[in-house]
Amino acid sequence: MGEVGKKQVRVDGYDKATGRTKYYEDLMPRDALYARIKHSEIAHGYVKSVDTSAAEAIDGVVKVLTCFDVPDIPFPTAGHPWSMDPGHQDVADRLLLNRHVRYYGDDVAVVIAENEVAAMQGVRALKVEYEELPFVLDVQKAMEEGAPQLHEAYPGNILKHTDMRKGDYAAAITEEGLIKVEGWYDTPSVQHCHIENFGCFAYEENGRVTVVSSTQIPHIIRRVVGQALGRPWANIRIIKPYIGGGFGNKQDALYEPLCAWCSTQVGGRCVRVDCSREETFVSNRVRHAIRFHIVSWVRPDGTMAARKVECFSNQGSYASHGHSIVAKAMGSFAQIYPCDHMECDAWTVFTNRPTAGAMRGYGMPQASFANEANIDDIAKALNIDPLALREKIIMPKGFRDAFSQNENYEDSFRQCLEKGKAYIDYDRKVAEFAKDTGPIRRGIGVAAFWYNTGVYPISLETSSNRMLLNLDGTVTMQCGETEIGQGADTAYAQMTADVVGLKSYRDVNVVSCQDTDITPTGLGAYASRQTYMAGFSIRQTGELLKKKILEYACEVTRQTVGNMDIVDGNIVRKPDGRVLMSLSELAMTAQYNPVHSEHITAESTYTIRNNAYSFGCTFVEVEVDVPMCKVMLKDIVNVHDCGQLINPALAEAQVHGGMSMAIGYGMGEQLLFDEKTGKPLNNNLLDYKLSTIMDHPHLEAQFVENFEPTSPFGTKALGEPPACSGAPAIRNAILNATGVSIDQNPMNPHILFKRFAEEGLLAD
Amino acid sequence: MYDMLALYEATSVADAIALRLEHPEAQIIAGGTDVLVQMREGKRAGKALISIQKLDEMRGVTIDEEENIRIGSLTSFTHITSDPIIQKYINVLGEAVDMVGGPQIRNAGTIGGNTCNGVTSADSASTLHAWEAMVEITGKNGVRRIPIRDFYIKAGQVDLKVEEGEIQTAILIPKASYDRTYGHYIKYAMRNAMDIATLGTSVNARLSADGKTFERVRIAFGVAGPVPMRATNAEAFINGKEVTLANIEEFGRKVLEDINPRDSWRASKAFRSHIAVESAKRCLIESVKLAGGEL
Amino acid sequence: MAKNQYKLVTCTINGREVEKMVDVRASLTDMLRNDFSLTSVKKGCEVGECGACNVLIDGECFNSCLYLAVWAEGKNITTLEGLTGPNGELSDIQQAFIDETAIQCGFCTPGFIMTAVEILNRGVEYSDDELRKLLSGHLCRCTGYENIFKAVKKTMLRRLGKLDDPYLNT
Repeated sequence: MGEVGKKQVRVDGYDKATGRTKYYEDLMPRDALYARIKHSEIAHGYVKSVDTSAAEAIDGVVKVLTCFDVPDIPFPTAGHPWSMDPGHQDVADRLLLNRHVRYYGDDVAVVIAENEVAAMQGVRALKVEYEELPFVLDVQKAMEEGAPQLHEAYPGNILKHTDMRKGDYAAAITEEGLIKVEGWYDTPSVQHCHIENFGCFAYEENGRVTVVSSTQIPHIIRRVVGQALGRPWANIRIIKPYIGGGFGNKQDALYEPLCAWCSTQVGGRCVRVDCSREETFVSNRVRHAIRFHIVSWVRPDGTMAARKVECFSNQGSYASHGHSIVAKAMGSFAQIYPCDHMECDAWTVFTNRPTAGAMRGYGMPQASFANEANIDDIAKALNIDPLALREKIIMPKGFRDAFSQNENYEDSFRQCLEKGKAYIDYDRKVAEFAKDTGPIRRGIGVAAFWYNTGVYPISLETSSNRMLLNLDGTVTMQCGETEIGQGADTAYAQMTADVVGLKSYRDVNVVSCQDTDITPTGLGAYASRQTYMAGFSIRQTGELLKKKILEYACEVTRQTVGNMDIVDGNIVRKPDGRVLMSLSELAMTAQYNPVHSEHITAESTYTIRNNAYSFGCTFVEVEVDVPMCKVMLKDIVNVHDCGQLINPALAEAQVHGGMSMAIGYGMGEQLLFDEKTGKPLNNNLLDYKLSTIMDHPHLEAQFVENFEPTSPFGTKALGEPPACSGAPAIRNAILNATGVSIDQNPMNPHILFKRFAEEGLLAD
Repeated sequence: MYDMLALYEATSVADAIALRLEHPEAQIIAGGTDVLVQMREGKRAGKALISIQKLDEMRGVTIDEEENIRIGSLTSFTHITSDPIIQKYINVLGEAVDMVGGPQIRNAGTIGGNTCNGVTSADSASTLHAWEAMVEITGKNGVRRIPIRDFYIKAGQVDLKVEEGEIQTAILIPKASYDRTYGHYIKYAMRNAMDIATLGTSVNARLSADGKTFERVRIAFGVAGPVPMRATNAEAFINGKEVTLANIEEFGRKVLEDINPRDSWRASKAFRSHIAVESAKRCLIESVKLAGGEL
Repeated sequence: MAKNQYKLVTCTINGREVEKMVDVRASLTDMLRNDFSLTSVKKGCEVGECGACNVLIDGECFNSCLYLAVWAEGKNITTLEGLTGPNGELSDIQQAFIDETAIQCGFCTPGFIMTAVEILNRGVEYSDDELRKLLSGHLCRCTGYENIFKAVKKTMLRRLGKLDDPYLNT
């Protein structure tokens, strides 16, 4: 029996259940200096001066560094693979500290002190003089003529505009009998809220800079720190210990470059940067707020004649992941509900908000909200059941995307919808709930989502792997596709055990903490890529290791390599299955052989030139208390086709987390800014309404397991997909319950009050 | 590590008063769930603190010789909710403070702190107003008692005289207030735990012996004004009236004559007003049910 | 500038009586992490909003970030490290967190388990709604709370001898 496909407990479960797992702060050297950042208190302007004298006079303050001290080396921060093509490299618009401050919370200066209190006092004692400039928070206002300009290199604040044209939209909309369904759909800035805030520490050792960081992408951080400091990349070493969640925020260089530079400014002493929760909300990354304008031209039977989609993506103050997010969002429209005539445009626009970067779903929670809302609006306009409409027009089996070469090998969407429909008892409930007329109204909503796996062919996909045969017959495995809480290490152990032929996944020692001096180069944890991408290099490297083991065994057993196999940790003779020796015996023999000693290892890189669709849907049952403007979730189910499950227990857990994030996105989460000052209003976990355990019903996770033929283990994306369709399903359930469409999330009581009042549902 | 100038730990109420007189600029800290948050935020950074955390004589719920329910100011929310006296006579207070933050905050937070911070959103405050609680204040010249309504001066400010070395030592609910009286509290918030009230509504009712007439209805709101407040026009309307849904409807509308919520980024005035009307009605209906009345 | 102020604190931590001179400005989180290397006590917000630093003090749960170290005087404190037996044996609730896949990144786990301990030690059978309320002082971004809830509920029922169905699906 193989390990792949089995429900197994996590390899790091014991350590995490006993609290001994070490995160960056648990590894902190005793002598680390505290660096605290002075953040801008205006939304836009220039720092004219920073008076550091009072701060420097504080006992314990070691050094104050300001935006006037930093090297003039612009660097990019996005956690993308490096591109050898300069035209395809990330925008380098960052300095370590900024004279031109572009959002309320931008980094102006840093106080380095011997203790935390002195550092905090030092920051408060800094006197910053600003020349204030007008600022803009709204994405479309930032595109207007005369709007405040953020970056000289990007006039009109447009970081990038791309479009997609298909067929002949203008001609198609003249078809007789078409119904036009138009909507504006707005999504908010939200934050990742991993429970461990970002933090890191840096020190110099033998002329090189080491940074220990809570990151998803150690190898990419090495490159960015090298760029920012103007040092060769190999001069930098990044160590990634266990991390307390990332969700995309830590798929960006956050304060690693600043921390590393601070260390170099105090003679290489260890310096720590620990973001507070308040800083994490504002001065790390957020999810792009994207506004969509959709015009759908549909026939009375629900089929789509033509579609126009405009996407306005609020980038905030710096480029970070930039246009990639909205590009992916826009790209989904042509695929999930195929349409012959389309006109799509996407703009990524700078505003004086916190910088938007990667966040679980990478544009798809936004696109799904808008698209799935519009689909329900179409259903309503045509008086068709919204589920029936989807079953009719959603991507068919056999659909192929010319760009990625992705193919919908099975009828994944319909299979997922069928399963979700059965779980939620759709037909019966829709009929029953339609009778509700009182203050409490119930409803069912459905939404689907489109996703893919990893970043090929847009960017490089590569995975490297190293395996060592240990003396006890176990295998140590290491790769750069990092564990960030999702359970990657456990899945890797299961895959490795099967490829090499070990008895148990427990016989694989996955090195979880990555060190760029040691770990084979990998790109990191993002784009729902790990299991799929690492799968290629695990299969390749595992087979290489196995071959080397059998070649050595050949010397001992005098059996040809082809006549042997490894089964349950033993070398067996194939024809009769006789155990010839254990892997432990083989390893000991090989290592201590006085004539031919060999430490059996394997290492290889695989360049992945495949991608895979990953689809699914959400069904939600809500109860709306109309006078109280409150929505209660009664039931929710996500159904995913992410290929074969490597570990069903972990897959289910992954889906729960994404569903929870989608619930928050749908019902509560939103970063708010003061219109007058640009100041963030709710950058803490009290005022930012992350859902608690009391805001959730039971979360049901189900799967359709269609083996993915391009994947070595039949698997594909699952990390981000669960976060994509929950919010629109809630939106559509509220529509089903009350007849009121809510075209922005979160659908909190404030917006419900406004909309219910507009629609005459409230008595007063 | 907190940015704290100094910490003075009181060993008794008398010691706390002495420390207060000696360090008038220092901030009293009880459970720590407000003061330490503000210190972390920077608002109270660099301040000295007088800790009364260890004054166990200020913990617990009793019935005194005048039959007042006496709640020591340091009694935690959890202990109020689980206290048999509270459960028997004024269960709604236990329910209201059981909606503060989450369990750990309720283990640490005290009713004294919840009122002394002078915050309108405090979950205990509206119920204490609706039940006409008395506040016991101890200073260098002894003990004084004032109605809770007078204790609140303005947002963030309560009637504790630093120059008298005063601290709040207890909250009392007079027998006349809790006798034959049943109440309900609605915390309106954006999520179901770990939140502050967008609006707090506490109503209690005493019905005539036959259950057909409102003998005494009291209603108080949190976040309907700068400090917790009673809705006196609504009360005047309903008292003596028959127990009917129509009267309750009117009672709900009447609260708009009393309240004065503000527009803020947390909620609009219109929204808070709307919720106040709906909550008032629902709270009164629930109170009638608890009091054995029929609708 | 006032000189730093220190105080000798005597308390019991994980069953052992200890003494430590602490800076009065220290939170209990600071003391447990820095002076006793009890790094299961996590910092997620330091203002009582996330629950990651939760520990038991005299049997009740407190966010140790909002608890001054000097207040620990005379108290009996338990952190997650205190649940594990001398030979690394896991308590039932720790095992349940592993078995139910209630752990992902692991950062909220110690705080959640300590609240579960307080709940379970009461020996009461709670309804699902009550249990959710009792667990509501913790934020988790990975699990959607689903498996955490399941782990606590199963352990509660198991302790009460009421877990008939080992595959109970809540």
